[in-house]
Amino acid sequence: MFESLSQRLTQTMQKLRGKGRLTEDSIRETLREVRIALLEADVALPVVQSFISQVRERALGQEVISSLQPGQALVKIVHDELVQIMGEENKVLDLKANPPVVVLLAGLQGSGKTTTTAKLAKHLKEQAKQKVMVVSCDVYRPAAIDQLKTLAEQVDVLFHPSSVADQPVTIAKQALDAARRQFADVLLVDTAGRLHIDADMMDEIRQLHTAVSPHETLFVVDSMTGQDAANTAQAFNEALPLTGVILTKTDGDARGGAALSVRQITGKPIKFVGTGEKTEALQPFHPERVASRILGMGDVLSLVEDVQKHVDKSKAEKLARKIKKGRGFDLEDFRSQLEQMQNMGGLSSLADKMPGMGELPEHVKNRVNDRQTVSMIAIINSMTPQERRFPDVIRGSRKKRIAAGSGTQIQDINRMLKQFSQMQRMMKKFGKGGMKGMMRKMASLKGQMPGGFS
Amino acid sequence: MFRIFRKKDKSSGELQDVQLRPVEQSGVDPLEKRLEDSRNTIGKRLKTLVGGHSDINEDLLDELETTLLTADVGVKASLAIMDNLRTAIDNGVIRDPQALLPAVQAELYELIEPCEQFLAVEPGHKPYVILMVGINGAGKTTTIGKLAQRFREEGLSVMLAAGDTFRAAAVEQLKSWGARNDVPVIAQGTGADSAAVIFDAIESAKARGTDVLIADTAGRLHTQSNLMDELKKIHRVMGRVDESAPHEVMLVVDAGTGTNALNQARHFNEAVNITGITITKLDGTARGGMLFAIASELGIPIRFIGVGEAAKDLRPFDAGTFINAILPLD
Ligand SMILES: Nc1nc2c(ncn2[C@@H]2O[C@H](COP(=O)(O)OP(=O)(O)OP(=O)(O)O)[C@@H](O)[C@H]2O)c(=O)[nH]1
Ligand SMILES: Nc1nc2c(ncn2[C@@H]2O[C@H](COP(=O)(O)OP(=O)(O)OP(=O)(O)O)[C@@H](O)[C@H]2O)c(=O)[nH]1
Ligand SMILES: [Mg+2]
Ligand SMILES: [Mg+2]
Repeated sequence: MFESLSQRLTQTMQKLRGKGRLTEDSIRETLREVRIALLEADVALPVVQSFISQVRERALGQEVISSLQPGQALVKIVHDELVQIMGEENKVLDLKANPPVVVLLAGLQGSGKTTTTAKLAKHLKEQAKQKVMVVSCDVYRPAAIDQLKTLAEQVDVLFHPSSVADQPVTIAKQALDAARRQFADVLLVDTAGRLHIDADMMDEIRQLHTAVSPHETLFVVDSMTGQDAANTAQAFNEALPLTGVILTKTDGDARGGAALSVRQITGKPIKFVGTGEKTEALQPFHPERVASRILGMGDVLSLVEDVQKHVDKSKAEKLARKIKKGRGFDLEDFRSQLEQMQNMGGLSSLADKMPGMGELPEHVKNRVNDRQTVSMIAIINSMTPQERRFPDVIRGSRKKRIAAGSGTQIQDINRMLKQFSQMQRMMKKFGKGGMKGMMRKMASLKGQMPGGFS
Repeated sequence: MFRIFRKKDKSSGELQDVQLRPVEQSGVDPLEKRLEDSRNTIGKRLKTLVGGHSDINEDLLDELETTLLTADVGVKASLAIMDNLRTAIDNGVIRDPQALLPAVQAELYELIEPCEQFLAVEPGHKPYVILMVGINGAGKTTTIGKLAQRFREEGLSVMLAAGDTFRAAAVEQLKSWGARNDVPVIAQGTGADSAAVIFDAIESAKARGTDVLIADTAGRLHTQSNLMDELKKIHRVMGRVDESAPHEVMLVVDAGTGTNALNQARHFNEAVNITGITITKLDGTARGGMLFAIASELGIPIRFIGVGEAAKDLRPFDAGTFINAILPLD
């Protein structure tokens, strides 16, 4: 999920990177592309519209115009707004209430409520060590109660039997009594699928809610939902005091726009995602990862790909082996690293792709310039093999010779040697994992520039 | 050679029939309700915009684009239609705002009308075999129940095959539908080989001279290659009883689905050569506009629309009605 949205947005954003000046036209063009990308990912139109107008307002404001890297600033705004919608961190089920804690599941027909009830039961039983009871209030769909019964047996939790001859509200109340009597910690209430425009059925779910006062009321929604997600999410959110959302069938190739729509419209966190038909296929949802994946981390992925493409693998592995064995990182190694950086389009493009690094103060970034890389390579080229292997021998007269040979100044050589020794320290720290591992670590440092680059 | 597939019928517990939903009692026709709904919302909005102006303004064009996009017609088709409109306006072909909506309707009609092809049960085949496929929860089993009632009303004898041997209580669900329509259901237990169940059913229908056999299958995402392979196997095995079977491979699509519906159609079509589509849950607010993308890329006949959960809630697909619910004219 989210891959293609991520790809589209990354492409659009890539065009902006490094642009010195943004015109109103280029902002408009970018926003048009963002709009299309979101719509093609099934984000509901009203959500797309409010998103775009929010970004536009900020993009045309001071924030971007006064920025030295306006392209970067716009990317940041889009990212911020995405995080804003998706929320910050995973929200778990809240079970802090007097047992039995009631959890009510509601949603459209076929969205995955019954399966999710069983998945949650298993999750709570195994992860939270809760004594779980489940009950079906679906007296309409053929074999709906049977379905939950079978699933309850599979995951080995208490099943409160119900009959299609009873009223759903009666069933729920009886189940709550039974849960009390049997000292269940949690009671999961599965309900019939219903259309949000079916007034009687929406009445029924409100009555169910009143009857058992659930601590968690979860809206179960299919991740493949298109534009209608806006209507349904709104209606269920108005009918019930929802506490969370569960997004199902994310194991397919849905573009996942419904996640954004439902989250924006209800304001309620997506707590879990369904990732398959089996009862263990339930995962906590991490919104911050998704937002990053949609934008920033997409870049890290492309960075890792760049690294894989351009880095001479055998050289990198040789270096990694060397470092692992505790042998010194010398100027030869430094040079080959500089060359590989150059192959990848230079340090500035590298820094641009790192999440957080784009926001570095300008003076820091300016020091990471590519002309320097060229001159550093020239300096190392003017050294003797012995000097490269044992940089400590490089003193006064040698420096003069090297400066003359590479067409640089003594200060340049000093600066290069300083950067080299910083890099040496960093390589020691990063030790194992080679280039890829290093990149991953760099990404996780978020904004902290590794010493070697300053 | 299929002896190994034969297992004794596992008899299951008694079936309970379910309650009727409250809405059934009110006697409202869901399709009529849906059309009226569209007229009341989209229709009114557009009408105000059309009526309020003597020339075509951007607001009206925007509203039209919104109408198409929110109906899941898709970015590509919507923008193409809007481009065509703008060209027609620039060329002076369309001058009057009154002419705009009919022009868009005509565009939509042209896209989908070729797919308006009713399902005809050919009497030459006994049984006429229908294989139902689609992703999880789309409405396959319910649609089978509706089809069974429909064929029964046409005086045909019907048999059902419980090919969903995976999902909990899927067999019981189909048996319920069988009992309601008083048609036999051939089933084995959960976990049985789906192809074997369906193979048996076709043979049994043949022996009994049944007119129509409808085979249910487990819901599967089109991205799950092992399950798609299983479906191919089912398709192949059906051909061994009667080489012309299945006579109809029906893809069931949920109207609420967005752009993913096209992927579903592509993959299922690749695997088992879809010959018809039924779109379900059109009694909600979803418009099902992704059918246009499917129609223009794959041209698969669209057979039925589902407009509710009861047996009677199945209608032949009618392009005009379908479009009117997306973009009402009157
Ligand atoms: N691939 C996949 N299938 C799922 C997932 N969650 C549910 N399903 C399947 O989706 C179908 C519908 O699931 P149900 O749990 O019956 O849905 P429901 O909301 O209870 O349906 P109604 O009670 O009829 O409204 C079943 O085939 C499930 O196996 C998921 O995360 N991934
Ligand atoms: N409102 C409405 N609900 C429908 C329609 N068709 C099916 N449903 C409901 O959608 C849900 C899923 O239907 P099923 O027939 O079980 O779907 P399925 O494709 O067989 O599901 P799996 O076998 O689990 O993959 C049930 O609650 C049905 O009652 C329809 O046209 N309108
Ligand atoms: Mg259910
Ligand atoms: Mg089914």
